Amino acid sequence: MDVTLRIRRYNPEADEAPHWEEYAVSAEPTDRVLDLLHQVKWYTDGTLTFRRSCAHGVCGSDAMLINGRNRLACEYLVKDAGTTISVEAIRGMAVVKDLLVDMEPFWDSYKQTMPFLVNDEIPADGKERRQSQADRDKYEDTSRCILCAACTSACPVFWSDQSYVGPAAIVNAHRFIVDSRDTAKQERLEIMADPDGVWRCRTTFNCVEACPRDIKITKAILEVTQEIGRAGLR
Amino acid sequence: MTLATIGRSTIPPTRVHELDAVVVGAGGAGLYAALELKQELGPEARIGVISKIYPSRSHTGAAQGGVCAALGNTEEDHWEWHWFDTVKGGDYLVDQDAAEVMCRDAVETIINLEHLGLPFDRTEDGLINQRRFGGHTRNYGEGPVRRSCFAADRTGHAILQTLFQQCIKREVVFFDEYQVLDLALPEGPDGPVSGVVALQLSTSELHAFRGKAVLFATGGYGKIFKVTSNAHTLTGDGMAIPYRRGLPLEDMEFFQFHPTGMYKLGFLLSEAMRGEGGVLLNDKGERFMERYAPTMKDLASRDVVSRSIYLEIAEGRGIGGSDFVHLDVRHLGADVLNKKLPDMSGFIRTYFGLEPLTDLVPIQPTAHYAMGGVPTDIDGRVLADETGRVVPGFYAAGEVACVSVHGANRLGTNSLLDILVFGRRAGRKMAVELADLPEPRADADAEASVQARVSGLLAGSDGERPAVIRAELQEVMFANCGVYRTEQLLAECRDTVAALRVRAERLRVEDRGCRYNTDLSDALELGYLLDCAEATVASALARRESRGGHAREDFPERDDTDWLKHTFAVRDPQSGAMQLRYRPVTITRFEPKPRVY
Repeated sequence: MDVTLRIRRYNPEADEAPHWEEYAVSAEPTDRVLDLLHQVKWYTDGTLTFRRSCAHGVCGSDAMLINGRNRLACEYLVKDAGTTISVEAIRGMAVVKDLLVDMEPFWDSYKQTMPFLVNDEIPADGKERRQSQADRDKYEDTSRCILCAACTSACPVFWSDQSYVGPAAIVNAHRFIVDSRDTAKQERLEIMADPDGVWRCRTTFNCVEACPRDIKITKAILEVTQEIGRAGLR
Repeated sequence: MTLATIGRSTIPPTRVHELDAVVVGAGGAGLYAALELKQELGPEARIGVISKIYPSRSHTGAAQGGVCAALGNTEEDHWEWHWFDTVKGGDYLVDQDAAEVMCRDAVETIINLEHLGLPFDRTEDGLINQRRFGGHTRNYGEGPVRRSCFAADRTGHAILQTLFQQCIKREVVFFDEYQVLDLALPEGPDGPVSGVVALQLSTSELHAFRGKAVLFATGGYGKIFKVTSNAHTLTGDGMAIPYRRGLPLEDMEFFQFHPTGMYKLGFLLSEAMRGEGGVLLNDKGERFMERYAPTMKDLASRDVVSRSIYLEIAEGRGIGGSDFVHLDVRHLGADVLNKKLPDMSGFIRTYFGLEPLTDLVPIQPTAHYAMGGVPTDIDGRVLADETGRVVPGFYAAGEVACVSVHGANRLGTNSLLDILVFGRRAGRKMAVELADLPEPRADADAEASVQARVSGLLAGSDGERPAVIRAELQEVMFANCGVYRTEQLLAECRDTVAALRVRAERLRVEDRGCRYNTDLSDALELGYLLDCAEATVASALARRESRGGHAREDFPERDDTDWLKHTFAVRDPQSGAMQLRYRPVTITRFEPKPRVY
């Protein structure tokens, strides 16, 4: 089938302002939008720039705003996207070139949340720490995050003020806050209780809609606020 | 500095970074090594991890089904059984001393990962849960055993995240989005290695990273094949770079084709789907693996299952006479599919629009894993030649390396185990050896040759697009150097690859900018793919036997008299002439026997 691919192009080295370019591509209904971007880059215009790696939705490289919604280009098929497909960079982050944004602030927010297990005690028998499957399941959902930034860059609070840590950072904080093995819960909750932390969420659910992993982000945010309440930090 | 100035042939200064140790690649092997280096040397140590993509994007994260260790948490198991399975799985080309280390270290390594926070699934007693996987047996081949430790069907993702998290905790320095282009070998290929030269993708500046020890943990080169489970970024950089400098590549003819690639897309449906009870069906609805592997059936080793699928297809029993068969997981039930195999079920729904509970899933073998690579000893030290001499200061671990623990065919889950055990061991060895390694020196020739390569690519605008040559390479490698090979197919393939190498001397790079010039990256990576393909085909052409992942229709039997040995492919950097040399297999415990599943 013939598809019109509209791409918002911007190369600050050469362009005064972002602009839309249209490309006619031939596609199978089962092609991914990423396949079409590759078609343009490989055979029409080598300057088109975007990030990608695994091409099947597990590495988190290719979050883009496609037909008005944040998605992974490698997870969105032509048969669902239609014959006119608009692709632009995710919002709230500076465009470096075409579909590629400056991810550094995103990583900084992530690192702020102490995204690592804290527990220096090792069981006396030298074996694994025991954890029930039920306790393990408490962070099943949030441990699935692939750090693609689709949620944070869909959040209107983040658009208006980038000092907000954003949903992705809260998801990753949640993953450790509810892990029965972790010993730094208090410290984590204090970080989340910061004025730029979890309270900034206005539950618009944009993040939930944007998440390619279907993580129940708003639920995780709510659970973090409840934990903060229980810890008497509010 | 801009690429425009490089294009005008001025030589801009290269930015220099002084580190204690340089790790290239941020997947499981690189991150575990970096973590060990920090733990051994303390917080002051300057440990840099250089990666062309963000660490969390590394392909370790795509590994699905699990990582094996004989914990014996759900039934009796012993690391010696795992050792035997690994040796047999590798069709006896495995160096048994290395496999012994891997299977023995596995137990402690998996426990360590749990301590670091890995979200393993649990048993009723709260221990790490385990499940069955292809080729893993109890009591030396009697039947399947539950040995694979897992985090749902995204074990690799859990490993990658956990190690990345701990590296953040330990303040490892990350140089994200730097593409390494050469090794610093100021005194030639015998070493010592004293750093790397890299291109910063965001600015196109060249950087020299100096350090007394360099670890390559850059992954595989599946992108030489048309249908592959590998990420776009897996272009064999870490193999081609030492190969160009005259260092050997070991056992490159052994490439694993995973039986259950998603039809046409190539990425994987985990072996865990068969581990949990899924079966393969041909056009007649027959469970054909019962004929090829009466004991292990659908859980025979991957090379065996992939060949069986090819034979079914060749005999007209592909679905509708076509080139795929079906994976049937309908009987596993909603609970298993949604809780133990949620990502796999999601792939089937997303990419095929099929429902695994009610529909059969089209699959075909897909190029998955390089058993071969940069030869190393059991501590990750790179070998300079087939006599076992090491290159001081140079280490490799993970898929880029060949220890060899996988021999001619890797067992499922042993790739994750390999990156963990040998990434960690390499990190430890580097920490120990740093004190005795010489102070790093600049390699002005390497820096100049990188400059020349980059400016050459940017100057030659009238050639072909990299993608055109890459597509032809992938086509011929998949058709002629795939699951089944013959003298004629391989000779044609060798000639085609040689012709493509000539054409690739003139490439058209349209992007002349400095910001994220991924057009330039594509061209650089094409060169690496062609080098890896050259070594793969030459090694395959010479090996006149069938063993593990290397199946020659014209030499269908394994030949232990002449071919129980490792291939070392070496290209002379001056003349360009390639030589194949050989190194004996280390056999310590298990005498080669016919391989039956």
